[in-house]
Amino acid sequence: MENMCREELKRLIQVTNFTVIELGLYLDTHPTCSCALKKYHECNETLQQAMKVYERNFGPLTMYGVKCEDEWTWTNEPWPWQEGGNC
Amino acid sequence: MWTYNKMLEFPVKIKTTNPKLAMAIMSQLGGPNGEKGASTRYLSQRYSMKDKKVIGVLTDIGTEELNHEEMVAAIITQLTKNLSIGEIEKSGFYQYYVDHTIGIWPQAASGTPFSTATLQSTGDPLADLHEDLAAEQKARLTYDNILRLCKDEPDVYEAIKFLRAREMVHYQRFGESLRLVQENLDAKNFYAFNPSFDTKATCL
Repeated sequence: MENMCREELKRLIQVTNFTVIELGLYLDTHPTCSCALKKYHECNETLQQAMKVYERNFGPLTMYGVKCEDEWTWTNEPWPWQEGGNC
Repeated sequence: MWTYNKMLEFPVKIKTTNPKLAMAIMSQLGGPNGEKGASTRYLSQRYSMKDKKVIGVLTDIGTEELNHEEMVAAIITQLTKNLSIGEIEKSGFYQYYVDHTIGIWPQAASGTPFSTATLQSTGDPLADLHEDLAAEQKARLTYDNILRLCKDEPDVYEAIKFLRAREMVHYQRFGESLRLVQENLDAKNFYAFNPSFDTKATCL
């Protein structure tokens, strides 16, 4: 993950984030499905890891992810509907 | 509470502007079957729902709908970017332009403002969940209608196809939610009482 470019990493985050949402919804009504739970944990682990690397290298994805101590970087990167804001 | 994630659920990267199409897609933001209605409906209904799992479904689907609002708004923004006055005049976008320029204002394709009159939160779990099942189907058919209008716009088509597919998944989850609620009611008469209101019913 460390060597991935911004676009690749953002894409990985988008895909794993979607998978976590989808599995979470499924688990709301199937809370004991061990297969879905296993996938949820695997996928969530990748997502958390990818978000950590992204925020360290490229900028915050949530307000809790600001890493820079010299500047408030939350508003620096383009917003999702702007050019460059989406992968 | 909610936390904002600075990303969309699915990429929206539209290269060609198309104000006419933007006018049609706007209905899925503020129209009678749109995403703002969906999030408002589910996030309002949560408070009178008793079943914890079903509250989870309403919370999580309601939250996902907030992202769909952002996706639809992103599509409209990109479809109307850098328009010339000539393009606005030719496209039928001029009526919207007069009041909103190219800003986002939730309305139906017909121009009717967004209204909660198009949705319900009844305080009755069975009625609410039937409302939600119908809402997902209404959103699905609206996306079907939009898909027929954007066959030649691959960037738009893919995003709309994704949103349509989500309606089908939500429909499935609401069907399971209805079953969960019914399992805790009297199978001989699901409608004997409102489990969110009639707290003194003998069977509770």
